[in-house]
Amino acid sequence: MKDASRRNFIKVLAGLGFSATLGRASLARADSGQLPGYPNQYGVLVDTTVCIGCRRCEWACKEWNKLPNQKTLKEYEKDQNVFLTNRRTHADIYTVVNRFENPRDSSRPIYVKKQCMHCYEPGCASSCFVKAFTKRPQGAVTYDASLCVGCRYCMAACPFDMPAYQYDNPWTPEVTKCTFCFDRISKEGGIPACVSICPVETMTFGRRTDLIDLAHKKIRDNPGRYVNHVYGEKEIGGTSWLYLSAVPFDKIGFRTDLGTVPIPTLSKPFLSLVSPVFIVIPALAMGLYSFKKRRDQLEQDEIKKALEKKEGK
Amino acid sequence: MDSAPATMKLEDSWVQEKLFLGMTWREYVRSNFTKFNAVVAVILLVGIPVIIYRLVYGLGPSTNLSDNNPWGIWIGFDMLCGVALAAGGFVIGTAVHIFGMKEYGFLFRPAVLTGFLGYLFAIIALTFDLGRYYRLPYPMVVSWGVSSVLFLVAWHVALYLSCQFVEWCPAIFEWLNMKKARKIFIQATLGATIFGVCLSMLHQSALGSIFLLMPEKLHPLWYSEYIPLWFFMSAVVGGIAMTIIESGASHRIFSHQIKRHDPEHLNRVTLGLGKAASVALFAYFFMKIIGLAHGNNWAYLNTPYGYLYLFEVLGFVFIPAMIFMYAVQNELVGLVRGCAIVTVVGIILNRLDHSIIAFNWHLPLQDRYYPHWMEVVLTITVVTIGVLTFQWIMNRMPILYEHPDYEPEHH
Repeated sequence: MKDASRRNFIKVLAGLGFSATLGRASLARADSGQLPGYPNQYGVLVDTTVCIGCRRCEWACKEWNKLPNQKTLKEYEKDQNVFLTNRRTHADIYTVVNRFENPRDSSRPIYVKKQCMHCYEPGCASSCFVKAFTKRPQGAVTYDASLCVGCRYCMAACPFDMPAYQYDNPWTPEVTKCTFCFDRISKEGGIPACVSICPVETMTFGRRTDLIDLAHKKIRDNPGRYVNHVYGEKEIGGTSWLYLSAVPFDKIGFRTDLGTVPIPTLSKPFLSLVSPVFIVIPALAMGLYSFKKRRDQLEQDEIKKALEKKEGK
Repeated sequence: MDSAPATMKLEDSWVQEKLFLGMTWREYVRSNFTKFNAVVAVILLVGIPVIIYRLVYGLGPSTNLSDNNPWGIWIGFDMLCGVALAAGGFVIGTAVHIFGMKEYGFLFRPAVLTGFLGYLFAIIALTFDLGRYYRLPYPMVVSWGVSSVLFLVAWHVALYLSCQFVEWCPAIFEWLNMKKARKIFIQATLGATIFGVCLSMLHQSALGSIFLLMPEKLHPLWYSEYIPLWFFMSAVVGGIAMTIIESGASHRIFSHQIKRHDPEHLNRVTLGLGKAASVALFAYFFMKIIGLAHGNNWAYLNTPYGYLYLFEVLGFVFIPAMIFMYAVQNELVGLVRGCAIVTVVGIILNRLDHSIIAFNWHLPLQDRYYPHWMEVVLTITVVTIGVLTFQWIMNRMPILYEHPDYEPEHH
């Protein structure tokens, strides 16, 4: 009887171990960035060799998202002074176009639009302690201001430095970033505002898998036009927005030292330590405590005995 | 008819005894006109308006934070240093209640009180850093972001604060003369200590693990898979060093409270702590070297950031470890105390390196962060209020001495 129950116990243990390894294995696969994730997610391919720097996309973005400090479309097209500095996204600007010198042909500068890259496995989402960020099946990484506490860990955790903060809003500040026009692309046939206004078709909106094929096809079909690198295909596990360039990407404001490991993977080994610590440490501590107790007890007994002996004599 | 004034009188005397240290209201107010309090008054006079300004006008006008630099000294100093240097409660608790080092028992209450207040004021300072501070309980009650290291930090810091409160309760109930309640909490001490050890190990290392997500922003000499281990080990060092400083200082400042003041005993214990600090510092030093070798970042040593790294690791880890060893062997108590101060400075430097100095190192100088004067003033104010609270409690509760009506703690 006793033996049988022990055998059962061992069986249960083995089962637990097996399922634990299975769980571990599937997690590990999810980490690798090789999983299809949301296979049908959308993306945008930005061909920086096409962009003319008209900044209509900036205007359309502000228009659609009803952001403050909007100017007329004409002013956007005329204002060349903004290109004198390398700008980044801000509380009221979800996307910016920057100008870079063209090492191949100085008469034709390179314009690069930037905005949230909408990562496969977003660092912002894994950093948020109230789950305010969600990677949608459509590809967009969206932000829910009704949950946000304002710790700004997402801004620190974003390798592209895209999220911005409404520092000048004292009571209800929000993190701001490109929404991938989620309200448009989640509807049938909808495309982002910036893509639809572009006069020279710098951007192509579509299924990400198709866009990767298209990007490689463009590189193959136009020898010498592009460097052989689709930025965002592999960077930190892949992003929904992809870029093509005529010059190495570090020459036009991209970081090329990010690696291919998704940001969330970096903290997972540490987080998996939580349960072992809560199992092992109390056991060790209680063990040490009982040793100490017993040692003290033995000491006391010995003193007692010695005293009794003395008194007896 | 007569009963009403009688209770009034009773209440009066209770207030007098418990709150005014046995003095009348006037005497008490007069006793507070000291030089120390004058300095405190000046700090509060400037600091409290700054706090109000931050709450009313927001982070923009009161800080130098920007889109590229979302965290400043309220995170780097108030939170990271505050929590690391408040580790004394957990280190001494482990030594006394789990390893059974009774000699150190008298350090337990002051260490727990320092730890509790350290955590409490780190959280208060953090509140000012949060954009929507009124949502502080959100990660507990509204939405659980379990994949975040910060989620772990939030929960563990909150739980650990409660643990330390439980450990502190016996002193409160002795002060309030509530024997039954005291007994319950004495019995809970061991459980709270063990739970506290688990929580401390995890959240101390988690505070470092926050930076695991930023390999592209933190300088390679400070970024490593070993960050959790570094932060935990240096917190142990910080806890020991702070206990050395705090016990030395409070036995001098509050010496009138201790009837059987035995400087010899304190010196012996300080030397013991110095030995522990030396061992912990050596362990920390080797972890740092292993991390450096593991990342194969030797080439960075001969750059400006490398000099800063060497200054930190040699000047504030290796050399103090040697000095502690020398001081303990030659029984130089004063040197142990001095070296503890150097060690604490080193830990502050380390936390600032991680969060500010070596963070965003790739950005051009004009995009880098330096604190706004209001950030500095608010930090000083919060620390000052913390010290005031510590002093207020020390003057009233049996922290340094054993309450004459009660036996020493046993569980």
